[in-house]
Amino acid sequence: MNFRTYKRISDRSFNIFGLLITLSGLVVLGIFLFQIAQKGLGRVSWQFLTSLPSRFPEKAGIFTALMGTVWIMFLTALIAIPVGIMAAIYLEEYAKQNRWGRILEINISNLAGVPSIIYGILGLEVFSRTLGLGNSLLTGSLTLSLLILPIVIVSTREALRAVPVSLREGSYALGATKWQTIYRLILPSALGNILTGVILALSRAVGEAAPLIVAGALVYVPFAPSSPMDNYSVLPIQIFNWVSRPQLAFETNAAAGIIILLIFTFLMNGIAIFYRNRMQKKFKW
Amino acid sequence: MAGLKKQEKVIEGILKGSAWFTILITIGIIWVLLYETVIFFRHVSLIEFFTATEWTPLFTIKKYGILPLLTATFLTSFIAIAVALPLGLTIAVYLSEYANPAFRRIVKPVLELLASIPTVVYGFFALTTVTPFLQNFIPGMAGFNALSPGIVMGIMIMPLITSLSEDALYAIPGSMRFASYALGASRFQTTFRVLLPAASSGIGVSVILAISRAIGETMIVAIAAGQQPRLTLNPLVPVETITTYIVQVSMGDVPQNSPEFRSIFAAGMVLFLFTFGINNLGLYLKRKFYQKYEL
Repeated sequence: MNFRTYKRISDRSFNIFGLLITLSGLVVLGIFLFQIAQKGLGRVSWQFLTSLPSRFPEKAGIFTALMGTVWIMFLTALIAIPVGIMAAIYLEEYAKQNRWGRILEINISNLAGVPSIIYGILGLEVFSRTLGLGNSLLTGSLTLSLLILPIVIVSTREALRAVPVSLREGSYALGATKWQTIYRLILPSALGNILTGVILALSRAVGEAAPLIVAGALVYVPFAPSSPMDNYSVLPIQIFNWVSRPQLAFETNAAAGIIILLIFTFLMNGIAIFYRNRMQKKFKW
Repeated sequence: MAGLKKQEKVIEGILKGSAWFTILITIGIIWVLLYETVIFFRHVSLIEFFTATEWTPLFTIKKYGILPLLTATFLTSFIAIAVALPLGLTIAVYLSEYANPAFRRIVKPVLELLASIPTVVYGFFALTTVTPFLQNFIPGMAGFNALSPGIVMGIMIMPLITSLSEDALYAIPGSMRFASYALGASRFQTTFRVLLPAASSGIGVSVILAISRAIGETMIVAIAAGQQPRLTLNPLVPVETITTYIVQVSMGDVPQNSPEFRSIFAAGMVLFLFTFGINNLGLYLKRKFYQKYEL
């Protein structure tokens, strides 16, 4: 075998090998979704969505957990989005590249790498015990807000950075102040990418179980929460609870719960991608 | 005009406050962990904590040796990296150097979907699909074990390795690629003799950040690895990781303010210090890597 053949064969074989490995990733995802659909699809029904938790698997539903998840998502968005966007605007538009600016940046990178369960411990001690908010929805959403804050900040900064300098300079040339430029020009043109990042961060919050378990979410809640101070459970915790039980019927329930949870996650990811594409079309620079 | 100037200042102040709030979070984490851990170590000696080989805070005879939780955490993380690194790196190389752009545009978001799936879902997959499947080949394997959640965790962190390694490959200046081709090297030679060595420290960063993610991962191991602290490196028996222990105590009815309850803060402190150290090493190497190629 001469050198040229060796080169061609090695090239060709890695091409095939790489393709196979890449496809195997897709196959795993496929198997995964198929297994869950097979186990749980038969259980998804109106009764399943609207029933309270129960010891009897066939009577049990996800109503309280679903409402808990909706509440948590809403409250977390309300807290994390404004704070995150404001912090990102400061870092991207105002902060100077000095020692303090660097400390802020390194700190946010570090926060993004802190395990989610540590945020749970923080929430337990600060919100639940010290501030006396107990096992409430507010404790849970404050905890998750801290968890997703670094993600919101990082993605918002990227969105702001993508706005061309010419836009800013044009605005300043017309005599606009810094904040007028940010509020009237930069934020609206970065909105699509900001929304994409925010939605992805929220989809992360919706799937979290560990920090909420530590910060005081309950496994069994007899009623759906009706105010931010109520006790609550969320879908991932309900699924965790069902998976932990030995009876096969609860495994079916867990799979059905997973289908609902995945609808949430995939829908949010889909909306995020849709926004990104639409905004890319709207503003072409 | 003066009013406008004042308004600008006030707004800048509010924005600044939000940014500095993130420092407060870090201080909060360290303060909470430190405060409770110090109280915990009034009841338990440091020597016992780091050298004893049993962890039984929830039993009548309480022993606080963190080693079993640590070995379990590293065992599952090691398995995850062993799965994620070869797969993730191969996909990164294939997508950035071999695949045609249209294929890449479709496949990449689908693979990234793997990273957006909630971890309880992965736990379910490990317990109900992967473990029974592996038991067909490994007869002695227990229903709860380190191997199955380790593998599934590997699938979960694979997209992280893929995307960071791809970034590292993209950061290599085009001139190196062109020079290699100009010397008559094939695509395979260029990739494996020129690009991968040049990107190796960037790929190292992806592995380091993936390790930190695996160490902190909770629900997959809590569901599929079991809740029995055990000092072993055998991947076929039930073990308990640091994160699982914290979940276990949080779900039980251990009285707050007891040393048993405070042990979750001590365990959390160990977890935090490990991930904090690993993350900073990763971020430091990342800065150095991108400086090298002036990006």
